[in-house]
Amino acid sequence: MKAILLIAKRDLSEYFGSLLGYAIIAVLLVATGMLFQYAAMGDRALKSSQALSYFFYFGFGFTCFAGILLSMGVFARELREDTIVTLYTAPISEWQMVLGKWLGAYGFVLVFIGLTAYMPLMIAVNGQVHGGHVLSGYLGLLMTGALCTAVGTFSSSLTHHQLVGGIVGGVLIGLLVVSWWVAGRTEPPLSDIFTYLSLYQTHVEDMGKGTLHTRDFVYFGSLTFLALLGARVVLGARRWR
Amino acid sequence: MIEVNALTKYYGMTRAIYDLSFTIEKGRIAGFLGLNGAGKSTALKILAGYLLPTSGSVRVAGTDLVAQPDAMRSRIGYLPEKPPLYDEMTVDGYLKYLGKLRGMDAATLARRVPEVIEQTALQGKGRQRIGTLSLGFRKRVGIAQAIVHDPDLLILDEPISGLDPVQIVEMRNLVRSLGGKHTILISSHILTEVEETCDQLLVLDDGELKAQGTEAELLARFSHSLNFDLTVQGDPEAAAEVIAATPLVTEVRTGRFTDGYATFGLSLSKDEPAELVAALVAAGVGVHRLEPARGALENAFLSMTGRGGAA
Repeated sequence: MKAILLIAKRDLSEYFGSLLGYAIIAVLLVATGMLFQYAAMGDRALKSSQALSYFFYFGFGFTCFAGILLSMGVFARELREDTIVTLYTAPISEWQMVLGKWLGAYGFVLVFIGLTAYMPLMIAVNGQVHGGHVLSGYLGLLMTGALCTAVGTFSSSLTHHQLVGGIVGGVLIGLLVVSWWVAGRTEPPLSDIFTYLSLYQTHVEDMGKGTLHTRDFVYFGSLTFLALLGARVVLGARRWR
Repeated sequence: MIEVNALTKYYGMTRAIYDLSFTIEKGRIAGFLGLNGAGKSTALKILAGYLLPTSGSVRVAGTDLVAQPDAMRSRIGYLPEKPPLYDEMTVDGYLKYLGKLRGMDAATLARRVPEVIEQTALQGKGRQRIGTLSLGFRKRVGIAQAIVHDPDLLILDEPISGLDPVQIVEMRNLVRSLGGKHTILISSHILTEVEETCDQLLVLDDGELKAQGTEAELLARFSHSLNFDLTVQGDPEAAAEVIAATPLVTEVRTGRFTDGYATFGLSLSKDEPAELVAALVAAGVGVHRLEPARGALENAFLSMTGRGGAA
C-alpha cells in the first residue's frame, strides 16, 4: 500500500506542478459551465431536479474526457522517457505500479469533479435540491471517473505515445457509450449484453436522475477492475517481450 | 556473489543472449565488453530485474531473480545508458522518492541522501530541478539513485557515453571509489574505459560470452602481439645501443624522451622480454617499465571475437 500511495503522490504532485493538468481541468470546467448555463440556467422555466439532471448529463461527458485525458500519459510518458525503469527495477509488483498510477490520475480527476460542485450549489440557491439526487449523481460521476481513468491507464500501458493512448482509451469508452445503439439493432441474447454494457443509457442516466441500482456498482466495479487488470497484464508481458 | 548460469534471452524469435555463465566475486569491478548489439544491455537489464530471462538463472548474494524478484531487486542498483530521471523533480526529492520506493524509511533516508550527494559530488545541487542539470550532473544523479539504497550489486550501462573528457575522468574516479563496497558491473564498447576501470572482463559477442578473466589473463590467452612499450631512466643512447645489440629485438618503432625518461616502441621476435630486461640491467640502464604496447587489448578483443588477426 505504501508503494501505491508513493507513486500516486508523485504523479499527483506532477499534475499540480504542470500547466497541462490545470489547462485540461480549466477547459473542461469552462465547457461544462457553459453548457450548464445554456441548458439549465437560461430563461426557460425548469424544475430544480431537471436542471440537476442536465448538470449530471454534461458532467458525465466531461468526466469521461477528464479521465481519459489525465490518464493517457501515465505509462506512455514513462515508457517514452525510459523512467519506467525506476518502477520495473524497484521491489514492487505490477499491481502496485498500476494502482499507484491509476490513483494518481484519479486524484486529479477528483479535483475536477470537486470543482463542478458550484453548479448544483447554484441550483440549490435558486431552487430546491434533494440530497439523495445529488449524492446519486455524484456517485455516478465518481464511478465514471474511476472507470475512464482505468481505461486510460490501460490504453497508456500499450504505447509510448500518450496521444495514441488517449485515442485508444477514447474509442474504448466510446464503444461502451454507443453499445445501446448496437443493442437496438441486434437480437437477444446479444442485445441483452450490449444493453448491459451501455455506459450512459443503462447505468449513468438513472443515477443522474437520482436512482441507484446494485447492478451499477457491479458494472463499474467489474469494468474498472478489468481495465486495471489489462494494464497489469500488459506491464507484466513487457518483462518477457 | 553474483552467479549467472546458462542465461538465455530471446526477443520473439531473435536471440539476444545465449547460455551466459559467469561469477563475479564480492567487491570486484567487472566489465562487460562488446560491440554495439552484442547483447550487453539485455544482459544487464536481466541482471537488474527489469527483464525476465527466457531460461537460465541469476543469483545475487544467494537470492534468485525468478524465485524472489523483489528481494533481489532491493539488492541491486541500476543505471541505464539514459539515466531514468524525472525532470520536474529536485535531486533531493527524486532520491528520497526512489529510496522510499525501494523500502527505505524516512529516518534512514534523511541520513543517506546527504551521504550519497557527497559521494557523487552533487553538493549544492540538491534543491535544483533535474531538468536544469547538464549531462555530466544528470549521470551523477543517475549513479546517486542507483546507490541510494546501498545495494550489493551496482550495474552501470555505458556510464561514460556522451560525457566530455573531464567528465569521463571524474566518472571513472567515482566508479573506482564505489568499488570494494559495492560489486560493480559496467558495460562499455570502449575498450580503454573497461581496461582502466575493471578488475575482471567479460567479453560478449553476438549474445555469447567469448572470454572472461583479468586483462592480463585475456592478453596472455588472446594477444599474439609481440609489440611492447619500454620506458627507461637515464642515458637514452646507452639504452638504444643495448636494444640495437639484442638479437631478440626485430624493430624499434618509436622513441620519445621526456623528463629523464625514454620510451621505445619495440617488436620482439619471441615472447621473452626478460632477456632484453637482463641485457639492459647488465648495461646499467634503469628499466622503468615494460608493458604490452597500447592497443594490445583491442587486438586481443578482435582475436576473441574472431573479427581480425593479431597485430
